[in-house]
Amino acid sequence: MSIFADSSTRIVVQGITGRDGSFHTRQMMEYGSKVVAGVTPGKGGQSFEGVPVFDSVEEAVREEGATASVIYVPAAFAAAAVCEAADSGVKLIVAISEGIPVLDMLRAVRYVDDHGARLIGPNCPGLISPGQSKLGIIPGQIVEAGPIGVVSRSGTLTYEVVWKLTSAGLGQSSCIGIGGDPVIGTNFIDCLSAFEEDPQTEAIVLIGEIGGTDEQNAARFIKENLSKPVVGFVAGQTAPPGRRMGHAGAIISGSSGTAEEKISTFLENGVAVAERPADVPGLITKALHG
Amino acid sequence: MNIHEYQAKEIFRKHGIEVPPGRVATTPEEAEAFAAEFGGTVVVKAQVHAGGRGKAGGVKLAATPAEARSAAEKILGMDIKGLTVEKVLVTPAEDIEHEAYVGAIVDRSTGAVVLMVSPEGGIDIEEVAAKTPELIFKESVDPRYGLLEHQAQRLGFKLYAGDAPRARQAAVIIQKLYTSMVDSGASLIEINPLITTASGEVKAIDAKMNIDDNELFRRKEIAELRDVQSEAKEEVAAREKDLTYIKLDGNVGCCVNGAGLAMATMDLVKFYGGEPANFLDIGGSSSPEKVVTALEIITSDPAVKSILFNIFGGITRCDDVANGIVEATSQFKLKVPITIRLTGTNEEEGVKILEGAGFSAMTDMDEAVQKAVDLATN
Repeated sequence: MSIFADSSTRIVVQGITGRDGSFHTRQMMEYGSKVVAGVTPGKGGQSFEGVPVFDSVEEAVREEGATASVIYVPAAFAAAAVCEAADSGVKLIVAISEGIPVLDMLRAVRYVDDHGARLIGPNCPGLISPGQSKLGIIPGQIVEAGPIGVVSRSGTLTYEVVWKLTSAGLGQSSCIGIGGDPVIGTNFIDCLSAFEEDPQTEAIVLIGEIGGTDEQNAARFIKENLSKPVVGFVAGQTAPPGRRMGHAGAIISGSSGTAEEKISTFLENGVAVAERPADVPGLITKALHG
Repeated sequence: MNIHEYQAKEIFRKHGIEVPPGRVATTPEEAEAFAAEFGGTVVVKAQVHAGGRGKAGGVKLAATPAEARSAAEKILGMDIKGLTVEKVLVTPAEDIEHEAYVGAIVDRSTGAVVLMVSPEGGIDIEEVAAKTPELIFKESVDPRYGLLEHQAQRLGFKLYAGDAPRARQAAVIIQKLYTSMVDSGASLIEINPLITTASGEVKAIDAKMNIDDNELFRRKEIAELRDVQSEAKEEVAAREKDLTYIKLDGNVGCCVNGAGLAMATMDLVKFYGGEPANFLDIGGSSSPEKVVTALEIITSDPAVKSILFNIFGGITRCDDVANGIVEATSQFKLKVPITIRLTGTNEEEGVKILEGAGFSAMTDMDEAVQKAVDLATN
């Protein structure tokens, strides 16, 4: 088992002919992901690595039965691509694109919700269910199937931690990068709930960073709702305080969003915290076997 | 991107929010002349991209043009949180009867723009929020509908309960503030304080706006407001190549792909007894040219004694990074040792390119960080 995507997930890639899109589609296919279609408006009728390219997601869903979309289109068109995917009946949308205006994402996130789809990202590495399917850019060679669920706000830091888990013989059920933008679709709590319900997952790694209150909310959620052990890591312990302009951020969250605050909230709620990425496997092993 | 108070006020004016007149001076003489032009008492305000400028002494009241001159002398060139004040805004002092707070921000936890007001505005607003949160009133905006009239009205009456004319004036300002935010692509917009004068007028005497960097490609007129002079030089150079660079006080120059890994790398440098010289994220889909710029910026800091590359390839390709390092070192000779950690997408190609040019690459983050710290300290 896994969460959100498995070997039956039929993928359409939006932006399949672009520099990043084409490179990473090949990598997804090599990994064994079921890429059934691509979309690049204006290139309908062509094919990419034997996969048909369409002008719209709607055609990809109708002709090839796509159930999930991975988006690599440039920022200027990415919010529109997310909405198009949701409107076409795709149930899982993974937006890799970075640089999308946040006001556009506010609308897109609502739109996706209204259409009953799940959005992961944007500005994220996507997800991988080892041995089954990869939707996004997480390198396939660093993962291995197993009992650990990984969820992270970061991209490359996720790879670091996942690689350390794999090297220690701790495989993963699914690894998900939820994205570092201020407004995202799926959040920590959504992933934690899904891992809790996934029979393959025995323990969870949560990788956070400074800023906001998502980690603190996740910590409280874990204490109240999770039976599986969680190990946390927070990046940015040495980040200098910014020259913050305006008061609205502090007023709305009532929080400084520092690593220190996040770490202590984790500890207060029974989440073990790793000091270095290299300490994650040891804490997981301890959580699993006492 | 931050913009200055005087620029934000110009945007307010365009949207019909009443703000007092003002002139921007870069010399004490100019400040004196503008004060004489306005007549009466003026306020001289530092224009700098840092919070807490009032508390830092960057805002002064001046009763005469001569006083305005000496206030500007003190403020111009002043250092506020590492930034030098290059400009002051000279504006007539207002007859303040009451100070309120009005702000809007993109709230990550609700995924919506939230409007916030408080009848207790002024420089201690964060304390008000912390100690008496019941004095902060909020309205969340559904992006499908925008800020609805009744929401603005509700906030107006929270500000000025029992004073319908002022409440209505405030509601109009709040509505226009929201429009200014959306039209400018701002992620934060703030009036602190929104004042009432003795004659019952409501106006904005301060203005703050943060523009979402991701909006700039489609808002040329806003992008032009960038004041490069008021930003740190290396940060400007980095941004022009799509890199994020923040200078710190240590001696281990760090070049990493991804903000989270960059922060974790800095944390690890500290863990092993070193001090990071900077935060530098070369971002995703990095080209060799970006890496060249990154190395130029890192080596321009004389405090750097050792350079650390920590690359975990995903969308970033190890071969691109390796080519960038080779290209950079053929353009200029490195005077300090470099430690390279390279793993992930196209790792083999990257390592081959580096080895071909006489560099070696490591694969473990902890080992690479320890080595870079050792090289910086010995």
